[in-house]
Amino acid sequence: MTEGPNAGALAAAERGERRGLFLLCTPAVLLISIVIFLPIGWLFALSFTTEQGGLTLEHYARMLHPAYTKSFQTTFELSFLVTAICAALGYPLAYLMSQVSAVWRAMIFVSVLFPFWTSLLVRTYAWLVLLQRRGLVNTWLQETGIVDEPLRLVHNFTGTAIGMTHIMLPFMVLPLYAAMTAVDRDYVRASASLGASPLKSFWQVFFPLTLPGLLAGVVLVFVLCLGFYVTPAVLGGGRVLMWSMSIERSVAVYSDWGAASALGVVLLVVTLAILWVMNRLFGVERFIGAR
Amino acid sequence: MADSAGVPIAPWRRLWLYALGVAIVLFLVLPTVIVVPMSFGNARFLRFPPQELSLRWYHAYLGSIEWRDATWISLKAAVATMLVATPLGVMAAYGLHASRLRMARLIETALIAPLILPLILVSIAIFFLYARLGLNNTVTGLVLAHCCLAMPFVFVTVLAALKGYDMNQERVARSLGASRFVAFITITLPQIRFSVFSGALLAFITSLDETVVALFISGGDAATLTRRMFTALRDEIDPTVAAISSLLIGVTLTLLALGLVFGDRRRAGRQP
Amino acid sequence: MKPGVTAPPVAIREVTKTYGRFRALDAVSLDIAAGEFVTLLGPSGSGKTTLLMVLAGFVRPDAGSIRFGDTEMVLTPPHRRDIGIVFQNYALFPHMTVAGNVGYPLRLRRIAKAEIARRVEEALALVQLQGYGERRVDQLSGGQRQRVALARAIVFEPRILLMDEPLSALDKKLREQMQIEIRQLHERLGITTVYVTHDQREALTLSDRIAVIDKGRFAQIDAPARLYERPATRFVADFVGESHFLPVEVSAGVVRLGGRPLALGASSTARDGAALLVVRPEKLDVIDGQDTAGLNRIDGVVEGSVYQGESFLLQVRVAGGVRVTMRQPTRREALRRLPGTGEPITLGLHPEDTILVAAEGTP
Repeated sequence: MTEGPNAGALAAAERGERRGLFLLCTPAVLLISIVIFLPIGWLFALSFTTEQGGLTLEHYARMLHPAYTKSFQTTFELSFLVTAICAALGYPLAYLMSQVSAVWRAMIFVSVLFPFWTSLLVRTYAWLVLLQRRGLVNTWLQETGIVDEPLRLVHNFTGTAIGMTHIMLPFMVLPLYAAMTAVDRDYVRASASLGASPLKSFWQVFFPLTLPGLLAGVVLVFVLCLGFYVTPAVLGGGRVLMWSMSIERSVAVYSDWGAASALGVVLLVVTLAILWVMNRLFGVERFIGAR
Repeated sequence: MADSAGVPIAPWRRLWLYALGVAIVLFLVLPTVIVVPMSFGNARFLRFPPQELSLRWYHAYLGSIEWRDATWISLKAAVATMLVATPLGVMAAYGLHASRLRMARLIETALIAPLILPLILVSIAIFFLYARLGLNNTVTGLVLAHCCLAMPFVFVTVLAALKGYDMNQERVARSLGASRFVAFITITLPQIRFSVFSGALLAFITSLDETVVALFISGGDAATLTRRMFTALRDEIDPTVAAISSLLIGVTLTLLALGLVFGDRRRAGRQP
Repeated sequence: MKPGVTAPPVAIREVTKTYGRFRALDAVSLDIAAGEFVTLLGPSGSGKTTLLMVLAGFVRPDAGSIRFGDTEMVLTPPHRRDIGIVFQNYALFPHMTVAGNVGYPLRLRRIAKAEIARRVEEALALVQLQGYGERRVDQLSGGQRQRVALARAIVFEPRILLMDEPLSALDKKLREQMQIEIRQLHERLGITTVYVTHDQREALTLSDRIAVIDKGRFAQIDAPARLYERPATRFVADFVGESHFLPVEVSAGVVRLGGRPLALGASSTARDGAALLVVRPEKLDVIDGQDTAGLNRIDGVVEGSVYQGESFLLQVRVAGGVRVTMRQPTRREALRRLPGTGEPITLGLHPEDTILVAAEGTP
């Protein structure tokens, strides 16, 4: 403790001010703690408990059953695929955005933000309508003679992947764009002035500098895909069983809270582990918050 | 804009980039937009372009008590969520920003957590909790849950605004005779109002669009629009959803425009 | 605005503030007379701004007492301290007009509208901004913004005015003009003023007294002339003005520089042991056989010279290898006396200008 005049009163006043400012945070913290953290903790406990209340790992052991492992496999396959496509489409778009004039940039920005703000269900519905057997895409493909028979584009893996890519793309573009605008143009100019070819200065200077943004987008998209429910449920038509759907079924169909909790806990752990590792390695956090 | 170009490539050599860009932009925008003209079709099976223009599916929507009730529930929940989540988020952001709390990092993480946690886990957790509290299928329960999901957006937007704001202004105001509260209301708030407004808008949209949590905890009389739409989509392709979707797109565009207008006004105020 | 009627004296007693292990303020005490202009001068990180923030109430010290007159203020929140403050970045409210800014403290005090308008115009006139009331803040130049901030800080007749490096964002010419205006304003209003700066020239120009602060403690508190002519420590001599330090020996009250005794002024005394002679460039003169009796003599060799327009700098290496700089005004007869590079020179220093400070490590 510091000695001196008024030390006690000053320390008390400091504590009072801190308490006041902390009180401002409490309603929000309390709400989230009660509505979200408390029941998640509850489910966590449930996942290790038998119906009689004893400790068990059986809920986790059951996850090795092929019915579950198949859904994990589907989930990871879809998530990898969608993340890869998003990166392949998102990088050029973000790059273009960082290169064009202000007007064009604004137009691309709006076209990225518009789906971002539009209801997820509306976008999913749109793809359902477009991709169905007699939908716009199939009609066009047949009319132009590319295919003779309508393709199966929806209620399967393909349709789910298309829809998810569409939903996830903005999450890839926004951190990428943030990273690209943060790149100091002088580096690139310097490398060009030193005689590097445009392609070389792109790959050796620009691309490495935007890598944190790319990783942020990849992590964000991948993690969101892992727990995605709505779009796969609708566009998969029940044939594409994802992790999230296993959880939903365990609760809604079987009322099997043990299994649902265990599935949820593992999903949470995987998600947090990915976020933690990537943040530790690359400090991607600042780009995820960039929107 | 050759000057802003990072890598000096001749324009014709990056033609493929522009072409790809246009294709991606179309991919992003077209599928959603195309629903609007289709919704004005008459057939049970939606076509583009529609064979015959009609308001059949809009009538179907407005004529259905179920759809109308669901819309009403969703709007009520969205407005209530916005009204609760915005002040909570602003308070928390200010409290965290103004204090040098030792637990600041922890509190910040806790408040952002709903954005990071898998939504499906959050949904079953809330469902589980509400089953014990008797809050399932109530608007109160829905609003509380949506507040948790929407508040982080307000918190993050306002915190970012406060970080870019010169706290000396609030200090000056306090030395000039304003209590902390008065200084915040008269000096700080007017200057971060755009972020507060954006946060509120995001909170509204978050609640209006939220599907997964609603799927579990809203039902019966308190079923939301998204819940009914989801059920309608999973079972069959009901063209009424096209009409509703078009209306929702209209709402989105209006809100986006509102955001832009307020944004412009703010920028205009900065210019000499 | 009545000059200085309500200005109380300020008593700062044993104020301590630590951030973790860092002592920003180490039990500092300072008395400021009613209506006095005191400057806190120090390098960045010295604690000068922290002390100002403690006075304003934005930083709560760990311990200490702050009295305005007879009233203990250290626990009073900022808005009840009745203090006007001007920040380096002005901190004007961008969503209000100039009049809105200046009238803000009056509106908080629920003063009648007409009265507010009158006093705002009066305050704007004081800072030479009559008729600027309806301007938006972003239409003003840096100097004008500074004036608005000043008007806002004095319009409600605060008991004390605090200024935190208010001029450092302005260019040199404007800064010097504003210094004069601030000085005149202070003389007119007689308001007790505490001013923070790291610019020693600004401190010398403005202040009644200067408190030099270093590492959270006061190194010296004195009027500008005394601070400059009689620095108490090496730090003060070094920070205020330009100084060179020559090691000297003191034994039996006699000061010797390289064996040659130095005469001290009437008011100076020296303790036995090692000490440093403070040499300021403009106090040195050239000894070339003319009327220089009574000056202390320092021998050296000219190493180089720099022409600076109004003065001429001569670098001289003196006995012991230390290099000192001598400044001569560029008058013809003064220049004629200067030896060229490589030539020997004898420098003269008046006994009254012969100042000793404690050597390093001996406080």
